[in-house]
Amino acid sequence: MNHSGIYLHKVSIAYDRQLVIDDLSGAFEFGTMTAITGPNGAGKSTLIKTIMGELLPDSGKIDLGGISNSTLGYLPQSLTIDRSFPISVIDTVILGTWPRIGPFSGVTSEMEYEATDALSAVGLSGFGRRSICTLSAGQFQRVLFARLLLQDPKIILLDEPFNLIDNRTTQDLLSIIVRWHDEKRTIIIILHDFEQIRAHFPNTLLLARKSIAWGPTENTLSSANLLSAQSIADGWSKEPKLYSKLLEI
Amino acid sequence: MNMSALLIEPFANYGFMRRALVSSVALGLGSGPLGVLLMLRRMSMIGDAMSHAILPGAAIAFLLVGSISMFAMWMGSIIASLIVALLAGIVSQTTVLKEDASFASFYLTSLALGVLILSLSGSNIELLHVLFGTILAIDAQAIFLVGLITSFTLITLAVIYRPLVLHCFDPGFLRSVGERGAIYHLLFLFLVVINLVAGFQTLGSLMAIGMMILPAVIAKLWARTLPVMALIAAVSAVTSGFFGLLASYHLGFASGPSIIISASLIYAVSLIIGPYGTRTSIYNRSH
Repeated sequence: MNHSGIYLHKVSIAYDRQLVIDDLSGAFEFGTMTAITGPNGAGKSTLIKTIMGELLPDSGKIDLGGISNSTLGYLPQSLTIDRSFPISVIDTVILGTWPRIGPFSGVTSEMEYEATDALSAVGLSGFGRRSICTLSAGQFQRVLFARLLLQDPKIILLDEPFNLIDNRTTQDLLSIIVRWHDEKRTIIIILHDFEQIRAHFPNTLLLARKSIAWGPTENTLSSANLLSAQSIADGWSKEPKLYSKLLEI
Repeated sequence: MNMSALLIEPFANYGFMRRALVSSVALGLGSGPLGVLLMLRRMSMIGDAMSHAILPGAAIAFLLVGSISMFAMWMGSIIASLIVALLAGIVSQTTVLKEDASFASFYLTSLALGVLILSLSGSNIELLHVLFGTILAIDAQAIFLVGLITSFTLITLAVIYRPLVLHCFDPGFLRSVGERGAIYHLLFLFLVVINLVAGFQTLGSLMAIGMMILPAVIAKLWARTLPVMALIAAVSAVTSGFFGLLASYHLGFASGPSIIISASLIYAVSLIIGPYGTRTSIYNRSH
C-alpha cells in the first residue's frame, strides 16, 4: 500500500438512491493543502464524510495511507451542533484530548493548560469559564478550532468552516490553517469563495459529482472548468424530483 | 395544627409513610439527573412511550403469575418498556414516520392494551393503583430494589458521563474519534427504563415519567451548566416527593398525582422567579 497520501480509486457514492460521487480517482498527498469546491449538490460533504468513514463508498476504494480514520481531525458544518447545550468553553476545547485519554481517563492539569493556550491561540483568552450559549457563531467556530489544536491531527478535514462567519474570524482562522500547512499537516477544506481559494490554497478539486479538474488551483479554477461545472449543475435541477422525497410528509 | 404535625408527624408515626419517603428520595436522586439528560437528548417523547409500556408489561406479568408479585411485575414492565423503546426507535428510523408520531402511536397502543388486560383480570382498584400509584404497597423489599436501582443509576452515570454527554452534544465528534455512541445510548435507555419501573409503585405508570421531565425543566430555568442542572433536578425531585407525600397523606389524594403537582408548583414558581424563566425573556425582549 502507498503511504504518502489519501488515495481514491474509482470511488462512487450513492445517497438517497442517487449517485452523488461518480467514479472519482485521485490523491491528496500528505502535507498538501487542497480546497474542494463546486456547485451545491456536487457531493463535496459526501466525499469528506466518506473519507471520515461515516459513509461507505458503493464501489471503489479509499486508501488512507495507513492512517486510521479515528485520528483524522474533522470539522463538520457547525449548524449541526446545538449551541444552547449547557457546556463551558474550556470543557468543549478539552474534548480535543479524547484521542489521548478516551472516554474514561482523567484530564490532567497539563491538558487544562494546553486548552487555555489553545484558546489564546484562537483569540479567546479569558473565555474558558463561559457557557457556549453566550458565544457568537464566529466565536464558537474559534472554539472548535481550539479543540482541533488539542487533537493535534496529521490530517484535517474542514467542511465550509467560514460559512456564516464574520470577516475578522475568517482571517484569523485562515492564518491558523496556513500555520497547520507550514507544520506539514494535510488539509482538505470545502470552500465556496474562489478568491479565498486562489489566495491561500495551492491545490483545488473542482467537483460536480465527478471530478471536473483536480490540480494546481490556477489551472483548476479556469473559466472553462467553472463553466463546465455550472452547466452540469444546471442539468441536475431539470431532473425529476426523487420518488422518496414525494413520500415524505 | 403546628408545623411538626404538618410536616414531620406523618412520617414519624407511620411506617408506610417512612418507606414511601425513603423510596421517593432515592427515586428523585436518580430520576432528576436522568431527566436532565433525557431533555437534552430531546427524548422526552421516548420516555413517555416507555413509561406507558410499563402498564401492559405489569398487567401481563400480573395475569401470568396470578397475584401481585412485585418482582414479576417489575420484570414484565422492564421487558415491555425496552421492547417499546427499541421498536419505536426502529420504526422512526426505517419508515417515513417522524419520531414523535411513531412514539405517540406506541404509547397509545400500550396504554389501551394495559387497561384492557388489567380490566380483564382485576378490579378497578388495581387498575387505579397501577395507573396512579399507591404508597401502601411499598414494603421493605420494594425499598431495597429502589435503592439498588438508584445506586446502579448514579454509578453508571458517573462512569459513562463523558461519552454520554458528548454523544448528546456533538455526536459527529464522538464518531470522528472512533467511539461507538450506540452502546452509551442503549445503556442510557436501560437506566431510564429501570428508573421508570422503580417509580411506578409510588407514582403510577401514567406519572412515572413526571419525576424525570418536570425536575429537568425546572433545572433548565435555574442553571446553565450540566452538573448544577443535575443537582437542581435531583433536589427538586426529592422536594416534590416530600411535599407530594404530605399532600397525599393530609388530603387523601393518590400519591402519584400529588407528587407531580408538587413538581408542577415548583415549575410554576421557577418560571416566574428563575434566572432563565419568563422574567429574563420578557426583560430581554424589551431591550
